[in-house]
Amino acid sequence: MSEEFDGVVLTPREVFELLPQKEPFLFVDEVLEVSDEHIVACFTFREDHDFYRGHFPGRPVTPGVILLESLAQVGVVGLGLYLIARAQGRDAVLDALALFADANVEFTGLVSPGDRVTIRANKVFFRRGKVRSEAEMTLDDGTVVCSGTISGMGVPRQ
Amino acid sequence: MDQSEIRAKIVEIIRVYAKDKDALASATDDTNILQDLKVNSARLVDVILDFEDAFDIEVEDEDADNVNTIGDAVSLIAAKI
Repeated sequence: MSEEFDGVVLTPREVFELLPQKEPFLFVDEVLEVSDEHIVACFTFREDHDFYRGHFPGRPVTPGVILLESLAQVGVVGLGLYLIARAQGRDAVLDALALFADANVEFTGLVSPGDRVTIRANKVFFRRGKVRSEAEMTLDDGTVVCSGTISGMGVPRQ
Repeated sequence: MDQSEIRAKIVEIIRVYAKDKDALASATDDTNILQDLKVNSARLVDVILDFEDAFDIEVEDEDADNVNTIGDAVSLIAAKI
């Protein structure tokens, strides 16, 4: 069973601009594609991200929790905002924060400073304000660095 | 499938999400799924989807909103199968 989609269709650019996460905790550079079923976005981990100083000194590696956050910003928040707009209209999106609910993710590769990643997420379901997607992050050479199932809920800002 | 079989199947589905396993072991029809069994409210959607799969039914969102207790779930499912 699916929601009735009689709201608006957001462009990839609009989805990006509506992400509530902002610098220095935004791990999405551009939303490339979005539809009722999927979303694709990319991000480059800049060498000057502060967390590289401590993770790890002399051997900077992007922390798994940051990779997970990037997956969620795309596969839960970005896709969720799009689906909320489709189901309930633009005003509902402006009033929404999407929060992480659960995740089952496997890490299979390293992301180094300067690496660009592509995140693709396919919708599993969108029911009662909850979105779940199968998400995967790859490097430009196709290496899968993490993948799994992530979910979140849309909640009002206040 | 009678109501006791439905109830047993419901308890097994909720077991995955219930943080209070002791409360689940002594659950009755009056047991509140969120408050007594300490199921995260964000997991209610998962519980409903599992009901749909396990009993081969469809649960409208309006019906799902009225499921607060084990007994509510038994009544809802018994009416649909």
